[in-house]
Amino acid sequence: MSKTEAMVIVPSSHYRVWLQRERRGRVAVRATQLATLLAFLLLWEILPREQIINPLFTSYPSAIWPTFLEMLKATPQQPSILTHTWSTVVATVIGFTAAMVIGTVVAAALWWWNSLYRVLDPYLVVANAMPKTAFVPIFYVWLGASLSIYGMSLAISLFVTVLMIYSGFQGVDLNKIKLAQTFGASKSQILTKVVLPGSVPTFIAALKVNAGLSLVGVIVGEFQSASLGLGYLIQYGSQIFKMNIVMTAVTILVIVSSLMYLAISWLESAVMGRR
Amino acid sequence: MDVNAALPQVELRDVGLRYFSREGETEALRKLSISVAPGEFVGIIGPSGCGKSTLLSLISGILAPTEGAVLVDGRPVAGPNRKVGYMLQQDYLFEWRTILENAVLGAEIQGLSMAKARDRATQLLIRYGLGQFLHHLPRQLSGGMRQRAALARTLCTEPEIVLLDEPFSALDSQTRLALADEITGILRREAKTVILVTHDIGEAISMTERVIVMSRRPGQVKSNHSIHFATQSGARPTPFAARNAPEFNKYFSTLWQELEVNVQD
Repeated sequence: MSKTEAMVIVPSSHYRVWLQRERRGRVAVRATQLATLLAFLLLWEILPREQIINPLFTSYPSAIWPTFLEMLKATPQQPSILTHTWSTVVATVIGFTAAMVIGTVVAAALWWWNSLYRVLDPYLVVANAMPKTAFVPIFYVWLGASLSIYGMSLAISLFVTVLMIYSGFQGVDLNKIKLAQTFGASKSQILTKVVLPGSVPTFIAALKVNAGLSLVGVIVGEFQSASLGLGYLIQYGSQIFKMNIVMTAVTILVIVSSLMYLAISWLESAVMGRR
Repeated sequence: MDVNAALPQVELRDVGLRYFSREGETEALRKLSISVAPGEFVGIIGPSGCGKSTLLSLISGILAPTEGAVLVDGRPVAGPNRKVGYMLQQDYLFEWRTILENAVLGAEIQGLSMAKARDRATQLLIRYGLGQFLHHLPRQLSGGMRQRAALARTLCTEPEIVLLDEPFSALDSQTRLALADEITGILRREAKTVILVTHDIGEAISMTERVIVMSRRPGQVKSNHSIHFATQSGARPTPFAARNAPEFNKYFSTLWQELEVNVQD
């Protein structure tokens, strides 16, 4: 009794019709997605040009590429936009990696010592609910210009990571733990052989939440303190009222987020393929 | 069978167990005494919530009794013991491990030689008809196959005593009957001491040599019933054949009355 189902070798005409309809459905969804994006870009281009909205506030999509090319060149006052982007990406990756590592260690400690969890639980929940951006100026004072960006990125993603991973640990089937105990497993064996490998889906989910939040933390941190990074460019561009710069930086942010999303999806399918 | 003839392999002496919670305490077992001889195949039945599964947790050493003593081979149980293998109600195979990796879990936890464990697990899995599935993941197997993999995991560490906690309850009725035959055959051939906990009277009669009936909570031993089937060869019939033996119905009605099953259950 294997779970491989009986597959018909020669497809029937009904099946071919079903396949065709299914394919058409998928194409329609993609086409609509693309059309929505085009419509948005078109409105963004036309409305300011027709002076329906003030171009000073919005810039145009067609202005972004030339601005980007112009900003590629480093000047004595301003490094290349690629340097800005790289700085933001590096800070984000460091932020969410640190959040994952520290978050996992803290969650494991809470799992190990249940009374620690019982004591810290309300503080964690409040820390997670706090608007962490309120700490941007404080971190700037405490940590200085560059460290405060990492600090912000970590602060904004750490608590939710701890809570997510801990609840993932709690969600591991108690009977699987009992099974390990019947073989005489020690607490550290239960952690490494049951709880951690059983929580891989939680790690992926935490990573997804984390990557986005770390980027938020970095950008907000850069608003305050940086002379480098996309957050700095957005802040700088809006201060001198050059919306071209702001919109170019925002567009790059959209691309960076999409690439991070793709990377995590790829990781997810690579890891979960084994389940 | 006279259980006093041999030194009991498993013995519970006046065991009491209480669970505590803020709402109050629950008396799960009271003055419970059971003894099981080496190589004996014993069934334990009782109304739901009578502490049958708790009993197995005590023998396996993952729970300690509040009162009394639990002995394996004459020695008090102080934590999980390598002589005891415990098969739970469901297979609980780890979905991130292959069938072979699951089967060697016990050996891995107990720090046994992994090369030997892999050899033995492979042999067991082949014997149980899972030879083609060694490197498959649990989700690719049917319920009956998964339970056989769980049996291989239990037997891979070579326990002398095997505890079965309703091992077929998660299976459909056909698979259940077939697997009861297979697993009984395997455990008898390997001459294991087996304690089977079940709520299925027919399963207890057809698989075991002695059925212990437990009372409602707090669980106590209510009665002991030796199960004999007259066969031409003198050997014990398979569970499936036992269900068709004339003695089966007699035992069934006796145990049914003993259990005092009423509609409120």
